[in-house]
Amino acid sequence: MIHTFDAVIVGAGGAGLYAALEASQTTKTAVISKLYPIRSHTGAAQGGISASLGNIEEDKPEWHAFDTVKGGDYLTDQDAALILAEEAVQAVYDLENRGLPFNRTPEGRIDQRRFGGHTRNFGESAVRRACYAADRTGHMILQTLYQQCIKNNVTFFDEFHVIDVLLKEQRCFGVVALELRTGEIHVFHSKAVLFATGGTGRMFRITSNAYANTGDGPALLLNKGVPLEDMEFYQFHPTGIKGMGILITEGVRGEGGILRNRDGERFMERYTPTLLDLAPRDIVARSIVQEIREGRGIRGDATIEDFVHLDATHLGKDTIEAKLPDIADFCRTYLGIDPAENPIPVQPTAHYAMGGIPTDIYGRVLKNGEGHLYEGLYAAGECACVSVHGANRLGTNSLVDLIVFGRRAGQNIAQFVQGSDRIPLKKDSTRYAQERISAKTGGQSGPNPEDIRTELQNLLMEKVGIYRNEQDMLETVERIRELRQDYSQVKIAHNTSAFNTHLLDILELGNLLDLAYIFAFSALNRKESRGAHSREDYPKRNDDEWLKHTLSWLEEDNIKIGYKSVDISRWKPKPRKY
Amino acid sequence: MQITLEIQRYDPQKDKEAFFEKYDVEINPNDRLLDALMKVKQYIDPTLGFRKSCAHGVCGSDAMVVNGVERLACKTLIKDVINKDGSPIKIEPLQTLPIQKDLMVDQSRFFEHYRQVKPYFINKEPIKEKERIQSQEEREDFDDGTKCILCAACYSACPVVRGINPSFLGPASIVQAERFIDDSRDEGFEERASLLDFPDGIWPCQNFYQCTRVCPRHIKITQLINKTKENIVKYRTSRGEKIHDLP
Ligand SMILES: Cc1cc2nc3c(=O)[nH]c(=O)nc-3n(C[C@H](O)[C@H](O)[C@H](O)COP(=O)(O)OP(=O)(O)OC[C@H]3O[C@@H](n4cnc5c(N)ncnc54)[C@H](O)[C@@H]3O)c2cc1C
Ligand code: SF4
Ligand code: FES
Repeated sequence: MIHTFDAVIVGAGGAGLYAALEASQTTKTAVISKLYPIRSHTGAAQGGISASLGNIEEDKPEWHAFDTVKGGDYLTDQDAALILAEEAVQAVYDLENRGLPFNRTPEGRIDQRRFGGHTRNFGESAVRRACYAADRTGHMILQTLYQQCIKNNVTFFDEFHVIDVLLKEQRCFGVVALELRTGEIHVFHSKAVLFATGGTGRMFRITSNAYANTGDGPALLLNKGVPLEDMEFYQFHPTGIKGMGILITEGVRGEGGILRNRDGERFMERYTPTLLDLAPRDIVARSIVQEIREGRGIRGDATIEDFVHLDATHLGKDTIEAKLPDIADFCRTYLGIDPAENPIPVQPTAHYAMGGIPTDIYGRVLKNGEGHLYEGLYAAGECACVSVHGANRLGTNSLVDLIVFGRRAGQNIAQFVQGSDRIPLKKDSTRYAQERISAKTGGQSGPNPEDIRTELQNLLMEKVGIYRNEQDMLETVERIRELRQDYSQVKIAHNTSAFNTHLLDILELGNLLDLAYIFAFSALNRKESRGAHSREDYPKRNDDEWLKHTLSWLEEDNIKIGYKSVDISRWKPKPRKY
Repeated sequence: MQITLEIQRYDPQKDKEAFFEKYDVEINPNDRLLDALMKVKQYIDPTLGFRKSCAHGVCGSDAMVVNGVERLACKTLIKDVINKDGSPIKIEPLQTLPIQKDLMVDQSRFFEHYRQVKPYFINKEPIKEKERIQSQEEREDFDDGTKCILCAACYSACPVVRGINPSFLGPASIVQAERFIDDSRDEGFEERASLLDFPDGIWPCQNFYQCTRVCPRHIKITQLINKTKENIVKYRTSRGEKIHDLP
């Protein structure tokens, strides 16, 4: 079946929905999502969305921008960071005006709390910048945006998996999707396409990410010759529930929670004396690993099973129930403890991709490091790389990114489609999609794909995690090559069309393998330590050689690496101390 | 430990009727029921159909009936559903919605009802301040309803939807309406009142409390329904009108 639209938006998380709200005001827009929109992982975001409203104490967009740049270890593009910080303010008011139920100050204004790496006056001390709705900020954002889409009659195609993008040379003209309910293939013919497919956390065994976070958008584009940017930078959040990876928001530390080792010591005092537990995530995650390696984990055995404690007992039941109710609920459900009475056992969990589809500040996808653009092809949200997060994202800045750049992309799409034509469809526009499916169906053979998935997830967790070295990464790249070979042999038995979730699982695994390959290869390539990329063999940041963005192309089984310059027009790179 | 799951299977494309299938799984008692279902799908029978995403109780994908009670598979630990007599853990799809495949149900009707109550913020007044001012108490007033993840557990458990009046709007849509009605910033009460005040609207609720019992977000659903009923009665009375509870 062929559908004709002006704009097609792939993904119905915060970025996709916000873009849809903008674009649909003037253009015929479809939102295609493999999940029901309200099941998107934006709904899992807990702690907050930052904006320098100054509702509690003095704050400025410039400070927010600086923190974002320093937090990103100077790989952040500085003009983009300033846009993020400046437009965050209106973005938050806009969400409130559309009904989002933020927590309030005694004066009835939007309440704000502290978050890692957010400071006043260029690093003096922690500042209250994160606007929040208890520990369900993402849920409220997703709900509010979906509600507004209903109000504005946005057209949705729910549970449609996009498995191909129509791209001719540099012009994008639609996508091809598989409908879960019927197994039919649909062509969406359009003037512009936005990818907002979210994260890739399912590359790792322990992650805060949903099953659906398999990086479909970046992987699809990668296979069509589009480069990806800064894929080596993957954030581990310091506090996931031990063994499960379920996130315990930084908001717990924002409200005063403290990390402790087996001696009960507040160990962050030794690592970041100014910001303590509220240092940026890369630093806190490394500090935890350091404690564990030196035998001060709670178990004390220095294995990867070891963990530390997040102590919130001194916050009192009332604060916890009022400001962190879901965290309390997770602790009760999954750990059988009450965080007001017992410390929470935590260890780092794979959380956020700083890298992704390279875009400019209007969401337009870049072809190369020289600034050449695709036409009609856009990306926003976690799957994109503007880059406002550089080598390490600050907490609460992703939700800002979704709203600010989702909105910008939506607006630019609306303008773009006015003055452009839909380039004609070819007869065989579903061929690539059909081939992808038939390559994986029609009689079970090859290895069990789940063995491949499990091995991949363990491999990345253990060898390209928080600390990295040449040998481990070489082995990993080699092994992923083999796993991709194994995967190419996988075929599944049943080819019944309707509700074939098995087929979709297999296609997603293919995406994960491609992204993991690029991820490990880019990490191996970058011979320095910066932000979330910490190499034991190159422990220092090296601005002379490596102050540049990585671009990577997948060419059959090989990876080509290129670079793109970093915008450092405002603040000169300095050593990063907190 | 080893457990046995007894899962209802049904593929309308090929099965005449639903049947139960047993699966033995090796699992840790502290694991989630969703982990056990994943094991079945990954290593025993990949054709098993169920939805999932967040895996920690916030996206609403995997509500199902476990040993007769609506639960989220990802928010249910194995040790909490093991039957003392050693019988298998019985897993069925949600009731009251048509089965698509195995544990997947067609939620169209549920979402239609949701959309019916204008589940969005209504306030046409221009904004005077940067944000609309709201006191902490006013914010607290509608907090409970904001937690809903539209999982449909309540819609499945409701004895009214199950039999007495299947056209009943259902608990979740009323929760959604209440969330806005009780938001001091919202002005859509009149519009929404008429969408709730009809015989299949809010009135079929007979306070069975089943929804409240199963809600994985611990929302006091029945209480919110009653509060909304009172608001509508007050509104009608103040205008000298009658409520529309009879066909
Ligand atoms: C537990 C957790 C807590 C977090 N807390 C915070 C926080 O407090 N503050 C903060 O700033 N950030 C936070 N983050 C990060 C932030 O929530 C995410 O980065 C962000 O929500 C991603 O939004 P998105 O719109 O890019 O993608 P998502 O919300 O993940 O949406 C992706 C969409 O793409 C669709 N999709 C994917 N693939 C396909 C396909 N092939 N075909 C069709 N549709 C497809 C999906 O259906 C979905 O609708 C948190 C993240 C996690 C995991
Ligand atoms: S009210 Fe509770 S049970 Fe009903 S849909 Fe919402 S979260 Fe689910
Ligand atoms: S998988 Fe999201 S609620 Fe269970």
